[in-house]
Amino acid sequence: MTSTPGVNAKNSYWQNLVNDWGADREVFKLSWGKLMMWIFLLSDTFIFSVFLIAYMNVRMSATDSWPLTSEVFALHVGGADIPLLLIAIMTFILITSSGTMAMAVNCAYQRNKAATFKLMIATAILGASFVGMQAFEWSKLILDEGVRPWANPMGAAQFGSAFFMITGFHGVHVSIGVIYLTVVAFKVLRGHYDERGFQIVEITGLYWHFVDLVWVFIFAFFYLW
Amino acid sequence: MSTQADSASHSEGQQHPIGLYFKVWILLFVLSSMSYAVDYFHFVGYLRWTLILVFMFLKAGLIITVFMHFAWESSTLKLALGLPVIAIIVFIGFMAVEADYTFLSRLTFMSGGT
Repeated sequence: MTSTPGVNAKNSYWQNLVNDWGADREVFKLSWGKLMMWIFLLSDTFIFSVFLIAYMNVRMSATDSWPLTSEVFALHVGGADIPLLLIAIMTFILITSSGTMAMAVNCAYQRNKAATFKLMIATAILGASFVGMQAFEWSKLILDEGVRPWANPMGAAQFGSAFFMITGFHGVHVSIGVIYLTVVAFKVLRGHYDERGFQIVEITGLYWHFVDLVWVFIFAFFYLW
Repeated sequence: MSTQADSASHSEGQQHPIGLYFKVWILLFVLSSMSYAVDYFHFVGYLRWTLILVFMFLKAGLIITVFMHFAWESSTLKLALGLPVIAIIVFIGFMAVEADYTFLSRLTFMSGGT
């Protein structure tokens, strides 16, 4: 009977599972706030999945050709069209904001309130600039290129409805995240969490990373596919 | 930057060395650049789709496991959050079949209309 670390880890995985579910008391050993955020994010996962699946469905069933996103979202810089430039910048901004958020969580648990505040505000500013770029992208598409939810000059009519629904819903999530981050950041600074602990920063971080996560899927399926 | 000596000290909450976050952060930048390069260099067909999916899942995995601390959560939470996602995969299958049927019906009965 040799006990390898891998086997032990596997045993403890199932052992923990059985203990948690079978012990006739609360199953999840988490604070309610964090658990509820996870469950909310799971439900949000379903909402975004349904949007993306609907998009897959209309794109697969469209008989008109799908507009070339690489060209539709190209940006004219210095006399040349650079494909998906704005979208790439938006992607990097969201990833940067995810990084600053992770740092904020780290600083919060070290009870460094000033650094937490600065990092959370930096995250919120990056998020707000993302929304600003999205507003620019929408107005360019609506005003210059004549894309509507029911029709567009480039191809399949379903393109517009899928685009506005998916990116619009994601943009709303980012906007709410910016407000959420700002509120929590100021509460941290004012010492609101000094006694009950700084887990709220991690919970806010969960929401923010999720918004970034959704963008990863939108970027892959809507813009690159 | 003061780095914590030990990785996971669960006294108050999730605490991990700051270097880990930086590594993941850089990796996310690299992966995003690579997925952008897929479009920039005009890869097409199965190569394009495979690369898009690989980079997407790597990025999503890094964000969930490290940034959202999913790797350090209890197995109970992992199961409770992971299992329902199977329903999404089933739904994707259903809708793909349905879209295929709609497409063929349109070709047959609408002679190329939308």
